[in-house]
Amino acid sequence: VNAVTTFLTQDGGFWVLTLVKIALLLFIVLTVNAYLTWFERKVVALMQSRVGPHRVGPHGLLQPAADGLKFLFKEDVMPGGVDKFVYLLAPFLALTLALASLAVIPFGPKPLPPPFTFFGHQIDLWITNPEIGLLVLFSITALGVYGVALAGWASNSKYPLLGGLRSSAQMISYELSMTMSVVGVLLMANSFSLTKIISLQDSSKWGLLSWNIFTFHGGFPQIVGFLCFFISAIAETNRVPFDLPEAESELVAGFHTEYSSFKFAMFFIAEYTSMITVSSLCAILFFGGWNSPFPATWTFTHFIPSLILIPFGLWVIFDGVKYETVFGKVILPGLGAAIAGVGTLLLAGLWIAPLYEVSEYIQGPFWLLSKIFFFLFFYVWARGTLPRFRYDQLMNIGWKLLLPVSIANVIITAGCVLRWGHP
Amino acid sequence: MSPALTVFFVLAALSVIGALSLILQKHPIHSALSLIVVMVSLAGLYLLLGAEFVAAVQIIVYGGAIMVLFVFVIMLLNASAEEHTDFSKLAKFGGLPLALALTGLLAAAMIRNGGAVPNSTTPDALASTTDISMMLFSTFVYPFELTSFLILVAIMGALVLAQREKKT
Repeated sequence: VNAVTTFLTQDGGFWVLTLVKIALLLFIVLTVNAYLTWFERKVVALMQSRVGPHRVGPHGLLQPAADGLKFLFKEDVMPGGVDKFVYLLAPFLALTLALASLAVIPFGPKPLPPPFTFFGHQIDLWITNPEIGLLVLFSITALGVYGVALAGWASNSKYPLLGGLRSSAQMISYELSMTMSVVGVLLMANSFSLTKIISLQDSSKWGLLSWNIFTFHGGFPQIVGFLCFFISAIAETNRVPFDLPEAESELVAGFHTEYSSFKFAMFFIAEYTSMITVSSLCAILFFGGWNSPFPATWTFTHFIPSLILIPFGLWVIFDGVKYETVFGKVILPGLGAAIAGVGTLLLAGLWIAPLYEVSEYIQGPFWLLSKIFFFLFFYVWARGTLPRFRYDQLMNIGWKLLLPVSIANVIITAGCVLRWGHP
Repeated sequence: MSPALTVFFVLAALSVIGALSLILQKHPIHSALSLIVVMVSLAGLYLLLGAEFVAAVQIIVYGGAIMVLFVFVIMLLNASAEEHTDFSKLAKFGGLPLALALTGLLAAAMIRNGGAVPNSTTPDALASTTDISMMLFSTFVYPFELTSFLILVAIMGALVLAQREKKT
């Protein structure tokens, strides 16, 4: 009896529950993806003293919907002389692999409390939690290269081919340092399971000092490992400053030059989804996952979500009434009232016990999502500030800087784990 | 038929079809893609045997790293479709009988003690880091060390081949 045979002999309730969870996660992630493009355009615009999208809806909030519709209704051009099967396979591969990696990311420590079960199955905040979670993620990343490489090759065009070649070389180079840089964390956790890695960074006593990036307990602070991991991961996701596969000043649009309409959108969604995956991995491996940065005795920190939600909701109401459109006059104040209301309810947990339990339950997901959001912001920040690397610089950074440094990190951490580590 | 057996047959068929397609495809990229299918379905078979770590490594190393290099080289050389030639004489008179003999031998061995093929002794031990490293550094320490020599030789060979000619 092993994991696969147990999985195959599950009853119907398990299958339905898992499918519902997958559908829900897909819906949330795709929406977040759409608004991530809005967020990115707004933040980059602010950094460049521009306004950013502001025509479609208040603050351009409906811009993602307009973009999505545009992608759907544009003509789907199939260039002449392409290898049809591979040309169609490439965006499909890129998107499915990117979305599949979200299945192993745990979003919260505890399953939903007892009354909320599904035909006797407890409802965990993850789709699956395999013993080899991290390896699953790495194997999906390893296959992810094909989407880009094959798209470049199958397009039967010079620019995509160059983009595809660049991306394969880049991803092979940076995959090494990315894998090497998490070995330190694996040595300290002694497990590939993401939930175990998080629970070992339990911060109930020392707060954020027990996260892998700061802790001396049972190992060595993984700050160098984190830097290597994050830089390599940015390169793996083909983002600025490592976006050579799609450098528009040299290669038009790189590997997806010949893709139009929704096939282009599939590459786009895949890129943003892998940004989310990488951000969650950073939070989980190095920044304590769902652990709060404060010690468990500081119970007043449980009301931080309210402190964010109430002012934000009030601001949305105040902002909404300034607009003359229906969306602004009705929907925005309604939304703001809802947000402020949730915040107030959580604050009411001070006096009402069940609400306090809710507030306690959402602490884990709240902190994990905040950390993920921070790293997503970091991605956008890097895009707004850093110029693109030259190709020889890219190779030098990967092979001559990140790889040796991450190997040194492994050796130092291994020594510390041997001396002070878990028995 | 149990669900596990069904999954086994699907994966086995997939890997056999992939292997056939690898040989029969005309374009090198299509052949490489077929080989990726074989690698991934083999990983699925390992997973079915409870060897989670081996399955993941199979995909990361063979399905990912090695096959990406294959695809990269094919793209770099811009190799185009090949023409199929007739059987060479060596393949016709030497290869075919040998292949048939090997198939027969394997089939005979399987028929003789098909039911008695023992299962893996420690199926669950293949997922945890401790158990893998215990096996790697105790039971299989000699093969492990010898493999590192092999890799060292390969690296040295690559360095010698890639070395630039000395300027006179």
